[in-house]
Amino acid sequence: MSETPPALEVTDLHVSFPSEAGPVRAVRGVSFSVRPGEVLGIVGESGSGKSVSSLAVLGLLPETADIKGSVKLHGRELLELDDRDMTEIRGKDIAMVFQDPLSALTPVYSVGDQIVEALRIHQDLDKAQARKRAVELLDLVGIPDPARRAGAFPHEFSGGMRQRAMIAMAIANDPEVIIADEPTTALDVTIQAQILDVLKKAQEVTGAAIVMITHDLGVVAGFADRVQVMYAGRPVETGTVDDVYYRPRMPYTIGLLGSIPRLDDGGRHALTPIDGNPPSLVDLPAGCPFAARCPIATDLCRRVEPELTVREGGNHPTACHRSHELVAGGSLDPATIYPVPPLPKAPADSVPREDRTPVLEVDGLVKHFPLLYGAVVKRKVGEVRAVDGISFDIREGETLGLVGESGCGKTTTLLEILDLPSGQSGTVTVFGKDIRGLKGAERKALRRDLQVVFQDPMAALDPRMPVGDILGEPLKTHGWSRDRIAARVPELLGQVGLDPDHVDRFPAEFSGGQRQRISIARALALEPKLVVLDEPVSALDVSIQAGVLNLLDELKARMNLSYLFVAHDLSVVRHIADRIAVMYLGRIVELGSAEAVFGAPSHPYTQALLSAVPLPDPRKERERRRILLTGDLPSPADVPTGCRFRNRCPKFASLDESDRGRCREEDPAPTGLAGDHTAACHFAAAVTVV
Amino acid sequence: MAVQTPSVQPPSQAPAAPGDQPARRRASGRLRLTAVRFSRNRMALFGLVMLVLLFLMAYVSPLFYKWDYTELDFTAFQKPPSGEHWFGTDQTGSDLFALTARGMQKSLVIGILTGLICTFVAAAVGAGAGYFGGWTDRSLMWVVDLLLVMPSFLIIAVLSPLFQGTTWLVFVVLLAAFSWMITGRVVRSMTLTLKDREFVKAAKYMGVPAPVIIFRHILPSMASMLIIDGTIQVGAAIIGETSLSYFGFGVQSPDVSLGTVIATGTPAAPSFPWLFYFPAGCLVLICLSIAFIGDGLRDALDPNSSGAKARAPRTAKSTSTEGRTS
Amino acid sequence: MGRYLLRRLINHVALVLIAASLTYFLAAISLNPRANFAGRNPPVAASSVTATLNDYNLNPDTPVVVRFAHWANGVAHGDLGRTVTGGEVNDEFARRVGVSTRLLLIATILGSIGGVLVGAWGAIRQYRTSDRVTTLASFFVLAMPVFVIAVTFKLWAIDINDAVGHKVIEYTGEYDPGLTGTGEILLSRLQHLLLPSLTLIVIQVALYSRYQRSTMLDVLGSDFLRTARAKGLSRRAALMKHGLRTAVLPVVPLLVYNVVLLFTGATFTEKIYGWHGMGEWLVNSISTNDVNAVAAVGMFTAFVVLIAGLLSDVLYAALDPRVRVR
Ligand code: SF4
Ligand code: SF4
Repeated sequence: MSETPPALEVTDLHVSFPSEAGPVRAVRGVSFSVRPGEVLGIVGESGSGKSVSSLAVLGLLPETADIKGSVKLHGRELLELDDRDMTEIRGKDIAMVFQDPLSALTPVYSVGDQIVEALRIHQDLDKAQARKRAVELLDLVGIPDPARRAGAFPHEFSGGMRQRAMIAMAIANDPEVIIADEPTTALDVTIQAQILDVLKKAQEVTGAAIVMITHDLGVVAGFADRVQVMYAGRPVETGTVDDVYYRPRMPYTIGLLGSIPRLDDGGRHALTPIDGNPPSLVDLPAGCPFAARCPIATDLCRRVEPELTVREGGNHPTACHRSHELVAGGSLDPATIYPVPPLPKAPADSVPREDRTPVLEVDGLVKHFPLLYGAVVKRKVGEVRAVDGISFDIREGETLGLVGESGCGKTTTLLEILDLPSGQSGTVTVFGKDIRGLKGAERKALRRDLQVVFQDPMAALDPRMPVGDILGEPLKTHGWSRDRIAARVPELLGQVGLDPDHVDRFPAEFSGGQRQRISIARALALEPKLVVLDEPVSALDVSIQAGVLNLLDELKARMNLSYLFVAHDLSVVRHIADRIAVMYLGRIVELGSAEAVFGAPSHPYTQALLSAVPLPDPRKERERRRILLTGDLPSPADVPTGCRFRNRCPKFASLDESDRGRCREEDPAPTGLAGDHTAACHFAAAVTVV
Repeated sequence: MAVQTPSVQPPSQAPAAPGDQPARRRASGRLRLTAVRFSRNRMALFGLVMLVLLFLMAYVSPLFYKWDYTELDFTAFQKPPSGEHWFGTDQTGSDLFALTARGMQKSLVIGILTGLICTFVAAAVGAGAGYFGGWTDRSLMWVVDLLLVMPSFLIIAVLSPLFQGTTWLVFVVLLAAFSWMITGRVVRSMTLTLKDREFVKAAKYMGVPAPVIIFRHILPSMASMLIIDGTIQVGAAIIGETSLSYFGFGVQSPDVSLGTVIATGTPAAPSFPWLFYFPAGCLVLICLSIAFIGDGLRDALDPNSSGAKARAPRTAKSTSTEGRTS
Repeated sequence: MGRYLLRRLINHVALVLIAASLTYFLAAISLNPRANFAGRNPPVAASSVTATLNDYNLNPDTPVVVRFAHWANGVAHGDLGRTVTGGEVNDEFARRVGVSTRLLLIATILGSIGGVLVGAWGAIRQYRTSDRVTTLASFFVLAMPVFVIAVTFKLWAIDINDAVGHKVIEYTGEYDPGLTGTGEILLSRLQHLLLPSLTLIVIQVALYSRYQRSTMLDVLGSDFLRTARAKGLSRRAALMKHGLRTAVLPVVPLLVYNVVLLFTGATFTEKIYGWHGMGEWLVNSISTNDVNAVAAVGMFTAFVVLIAGLLSDVLYAALDPRVRVR
């Protein structure tokens, strides 16, 4: 393979943008090359410059960007070409797949027309030929009934289908290089698995080189041949996947690998967070950009920025002064440079579950929305069965992870509990009180014990209020005196690991992770018993996420809290939850202790979900066989009869006709397996998938 | 899995460097930043200077100018501008400069009052409709739709005989009553977005009552939009006022506004053009300055609003075309 | 799509019926036709005044609801009632409707298309000279009330005519009544059309272009435009094919509000250029307390709004597949 010349070769690429505060140096010396048929993964957190470099390659950056360096396609320099010449290359030699397939397709043209357009720009085809080819392409990427669907508009496609259409468009002209910029980030895991499969297929068909840009070390582990890790606009480590994942030589890579919650590392233990935040790209400090967060930084690191080179004792390029000490047998052990915090023990852990008091009991909860139609006079044409009869309970000192993909009803469940409405059917009992009977004052009292932390730390804090007022708001609402508030606020800040003196700073002055800590502090202000966490870490970068997860664990142990942890990411849940509830289309399909659900998943959906989660472990990934689900989540307005999972169930396909009949006709109720582990499937059977 | 949005556009503000700025700097810092951004917009600066001069002309110049607007100079009928009569005189010998200054006083007051009332109504109705939703929303938006399809000029003109002989304040109320709707809609849709923002939800789940949420979280979040829009409304109100007064449907004598001054001068304008050009010129300058200021404020307060992406050199950009009464 | 349009039609008709009725009520309450007979020489007997007013359904002492019922009944049968002088409102309406419609149609079509093009062009060439010039020009136009623009054009026309020595630009009336021959009359009509249309078009272009420019700028930063360019479309082609159509969408509903403004503008141009259209009629009727004539103009504007509303819905549905689905 090393014989073939690279298809795309980027050398010492620099990109900077003007801004009010001075030039933003988004990319500072990126070099990489990909050969035909090879997959290069570029991994980095937000702001690491990975997307900017890819747009620079295609010449799609705004005119204000200042670009230097060299981008060669089969030896031809692209940065010298003007826009007209670049149009010859874009879409033909280099194609791109973007992150968000909804906004990336023009809403007013049909999907088929947009692919036809891509074909006809570069190929001499008449309309009918192009149409035929477009349908073939849609078929290739796995769009069912492609001839009809070609006439559909982007808004009529699901997220997964749109991304398939994007890939069809990208391979339309048989490109040499496909750049995929976070192609699966906006998608659910099971859909992500499908799309990665399609991308693989696309590569087989075109033989193109793929540059896969992502923040997720799991996604590239099984997909890429080589990876390049980026930090603060530069590559810091690059090599084959095995080298980088198993023998990392650069503290940032090591930290990143240690901070990812993994599905496969057995049970709960604290993650190793990387302290601090990535530096501002406007005025970078001298020296190694990672020095402020690096546990083994030396004086040299703070003075001289290391170059990306193969260092003595190393076997793949890293940008670190000390990587020679990190090789096998070197003076530093990569596994121990980051301190691993201890996993706190909660007092409730010593009491058996049955003896602890329940804080939240949900029994047969139903939430149906009428599907309305009409502008002036609305009439009901159907029903969205968002939550369709779910039951679970949370005991004192316990974390229940409620997981499911978008549209499964987990958010509705959470809002049903938070809104304290007089529900449609079923009961919600909080601290032994049925919320339906509650009146004003009691409700308010209940709000004190039941708090919430939202997903987006940016949006959860009023940007116009100083932190002191933000933390004081719940206290004020519940009638605390000014003096007590003033005493309580710094205490809260301390509890979540922030500087108590920062009470009069505004949210904008904190980083994402710090803001999430403020949100948590606000939720804890009134010393609640139950905290509802709505995807609390999914908006954070991995290296920050670990710290917040550890904090949540620690607070829980210290304050004897219970959590309802709603998330789509099973790996995160694995690290924090004691019990797991898996939702699908308005129902809980599997419920049990974390060990049971992860160790012996028994519902076919849980199995597929778990098998779709990528592991940051190249060898395991290569050996794993994914259970790929077909199709998309059906609409909750149109729930299949019998088992609601049957049209996608891999098990269903393998059943004989009489058993299938049962799945078709009979809605499976949760059936008990070992202990309190239940699964709503007629043919539940444990399988190991991780 | 972190959901991140790789930004192609560089962040337009300095990436919020967490950390070390002293807390005191902040409040003044934001104000200063706004001022710096505003002053970088040359048209906005021009507008500001111009408007100050026009205000001086309206309110300060009568204090020392030789002629009062009620005085008649029987030695000078329809005389062109001169050192004696800066803007010339009309057929009765009135001094046009004094008349124009007097008219500007009224027009400016009417514009500002209308802008204030209209912004207030828009904020109240829009936020109420958006936050409470349901029937409140539907009925309020229906009123908005209705008012939008009724030409405000026609309605105010038809109603003008009713307030003839009463105070011009009625006229202000009427002008405001017909110019808040589009802003109201914008406030409503912003409220809808804000209502789903997590900090508002957080307040709700803390048990904070709805009116407090509206005034503590929702309206302050759109303060910059309200300020910008209020400014533009002042300009629109002045245009509306002069248009109606031009036909005698607005300000009635003995009150004098720019509209009435221009209306009186127009018939003789072909022969004595200054009778039209001077007052009309002042009117256009007022409206233009206000529009420039509004535009500059938008750049300064709301740098991420539509179209205003980080671009160092800029002079002009989108303005709203909302709420023109004429 | 048909369903969607039908629903919108019902919505518009309801709004328009209410708007027209409201206009009648306001006019009937506000205007006092009895005053026309006061101060007549020789004085008219009160009883005969009442009789005449009753005859015309104009007696202010009849409860307004009763008068409305009578009027509405007439309207339903195609009779708009009698003027204060006893003429048929229908006849006057028929005489005038074409005059205004012509103006409105020309200004709407040329103004919206021109405005969209100017706005889009400005956005594409953001911050270049051409963008700055158009932006500045639109600021100027929007800072001027219609009557200022109309009178200024008229004064310029007079100056040009004086300079040339004979009448090259017409500024009064619809055509030269002294002419014979179809060709000559047609030419004369076109000549007379120039200034009134130009006045209205300039304003419409300014309104649409501001809005179009900002929606176009929003689209310029959009992901799908980037996709289109990544496919291999040049910047210009991507903008024209993918950008413009998407950016026009939010501008389409503006048609309705702009038509309302346009009607107001037409009132001024008709008055100033001596055209006998609906706007002039409105102004005259208000001063003569002609309730039924004002109501007829109200009907006309309501109808214009209805047409504009439907037009904008059809356009929107044609351009955006998303609304067609339901
Ligand atoms: S160069 Fe120094 S600071 Fe940077 S990663 Fe290596 S050891 Fe850490
Ligand atoms: S009940 Fe049948 S269709 Fe449903 S999950 Fe089990 S096997 Fe699959």
